[in-house]
Amino acid sequence: MAKSALLKSSIAKKYWMALTGLFLCLFLTGHLAGNLQLLIPDNASAFNQYALFMTTNPAVKVLSYLTYISIIFHAIDGIMLAIQNKKARPIAYAKNNPSGNSSFASRNMAVLGTVILIFIVTHMVTFWAKMHFDKNMPLQTLSVTDEASGMKQDFYITTGTGQDKFLPVNQVDGKNLVIEGNKIFIVKPIKVEFAQGYKDLYKITLDFFRDAKYGLIYTLLYVLAMLALGFHLWHGFASAFQSLGLNNPKFNAGIKIFGRAFSVLVPLLFAIIPLYIHFSK
Amino acid sequence: MSAAKNINITLKIWRQKNADSKGNIETYKLDNVSTASSFLEMLDQLNEQLINERKEPVAFDHDCREGICGMCSLYINGRAHGPETGTTTCQLHMRKFNDGDTIFIEPWRSKAFPVVKDLVVDRSAFDRIQQAGGFVSVNTSGNTIDANSIPIPKDDADKAFMAAACIGCGACVASCKNGSAMLFVGAKVSQYALLPQGKVEATQRVQNMVRQMDEEGFGNCTNTGACEVECPKGISLENIARMNREYLKSSF
Ligand code: HEM
Ligand code: SF4
Ligand code: FES
Repeated sequence: MAKSALLKSSIAKKYWMALTGLFLCLFLTGHLAGNLQLLIPDNASAFNQYALFMTTNPAVKVLSYLTYISIIFHAIDGIMLAIQNKKARPIAYAKNNPSGNSSFASRNMAVLGTVILIFIVTHMVTFWAKMHFDKNMPLQTLSVTDEASGMKQDFYITTGTGQDKFLPVNQVDGKNLVIEGNKIFIVKPIKVEFAQGYKDLYKITLDFFRDAKYGLIYTLLYVLAMLALGFHLWHGFASAFQSLGLNNPKFNAGIKIFGRAFSVLVPLLFAIIPLYIHFSK
Repeated sequence: MSAAKNINITLKIWRQKNADSKGNIETYKLDNVSTASSFLEMLDQLNEQLINERKEPVAFDHDCREGICGMCSLYINGRAHGPETGTTTCQLHMRKFNDGDTIFIEPWRSKAFPVVKDLVVDRSAFDRIQQAGGFVSVNTSGNTIDANSIPIPKDDADKAFMAAACIGCGACVASCKNGSAMLFVGAKVSQYALLPQGKVEATQRVQNMVRQMDEEGFGNCTNTGACEVECPKGISLENIARMNREYLKSSF
């Protein structure tokens, strides 16, 4: 066959949409597992550790590049398909009743996808770019009160070495701090090594959704984007299997049910996080 | 079934002089339409009225008028072949409409199906897709083997037969929001791919038919499933998936 057919033919474009779309579903699952750690009441350490892991781990690096490529390819291919499809019907029907034969989500994949794309770009500007490039990104701090003296001081948490994973950058009178759970103990003086600090993505996230002026709007826009994602997957998940030719009466019902559960559950859990953050302040 | 009665209706019909002219929707009042008549008979009645008024009758496609040839078309009130599912327009009856109804009648809308006149569209794009690969090459020089001498599993034979039920009407293209012909092509690819006689040329067939389909300017399937709902012959989306599998297999 022509060398370009695996990119250009109508059916090949569908394979790519389906493969990238399903890969993005895997990405969503991983991303959700990470985000849910925002809800763990542990002074941000689980979430910030996760954020560091996500920006430094080599395996994650490979996956993240695959994800960037998938999103770009999926979006470009999807928009190209939508433009071609518009051209295939130059004159619209004067009276059309498409709800008689197809679902809302299935007819609006490109619009829903575009909403998701706008969301992804703004999302990356507010969180991803800060995490990767912002030199002035705050490091995770803890406010510690020494019960004996009543002295209050902020500490940076660092990765440290060995077992004492959380060592402060600042020393207080040559004493060292160890954190267990939410408690901070002052222990024998030892030399404090400087290590990479946890960038405080947790604080960035909380500040964003609790912003006095725009926090509510940001939260609602986030929820709206998740609604679009839900509709996109309501149709998209099972549709991807059909595109790949995986249509078998034995499995169709299962794929559809799983897809619909996925399309409700994943965006819902994503949306609960900013809602909780905003309304729990 | 209740006895036939007569109804009065308003028709909004796409009129277009020829392929090059710009068309528009015209409104006609038609009285005393028997609910026992078919939709096409209703249009015959309108045309009689128009001829009596010395006006140009409405051109529309039809042939067998018994739901087997695929010639009739029409986008009626926003649905291909009208509000019923599993029927062609010739099998649609006026008892599905009420006195005082306004009925929109438009041609199939697709770049690949240009309007010839009024409600008649040129569906030869389907013929060209068929010619690109919708056949099996058989030696007809006197030693043709009887097709039934090759054993075929019942399940495969049934599925091939169900795919072959496609009458090439184009309702799938007309109702698809993308103007995609994949249900038609999927059916035509499947009807051969499932049979041993068709397997020989399977690779070339699916490649050539899909290439021709793309060249004709049909859109891309997004699996909305509208075609399956509107297809008068109940062709299943399974056939599109089979075509996608065949295409993948033939690409390597
Ligand atoms: C995390 C984000 C996303 C996920 C998980 C996702 C997932 C999917 C899936 C599974 C499909 C079904 C593929 C098929 O029918 O074969 C799909 C289709 C589609 N997606 Fe996305 N998508 C995402 C983002 C986007 C974005 C940013 C766009 C940008 C415009 C987009 C546009 C489309 C379009 C137009 C289709 C329909 C294509 C077709 O069926 O031909 N999607 N998506
Ligand atoms: S698949 Fe159905 S709707 Fe499409 S051309 Fe064949 S019979 Fe008509
Ligand atoms: S006229 Fe033959 S199918 Fe309708």
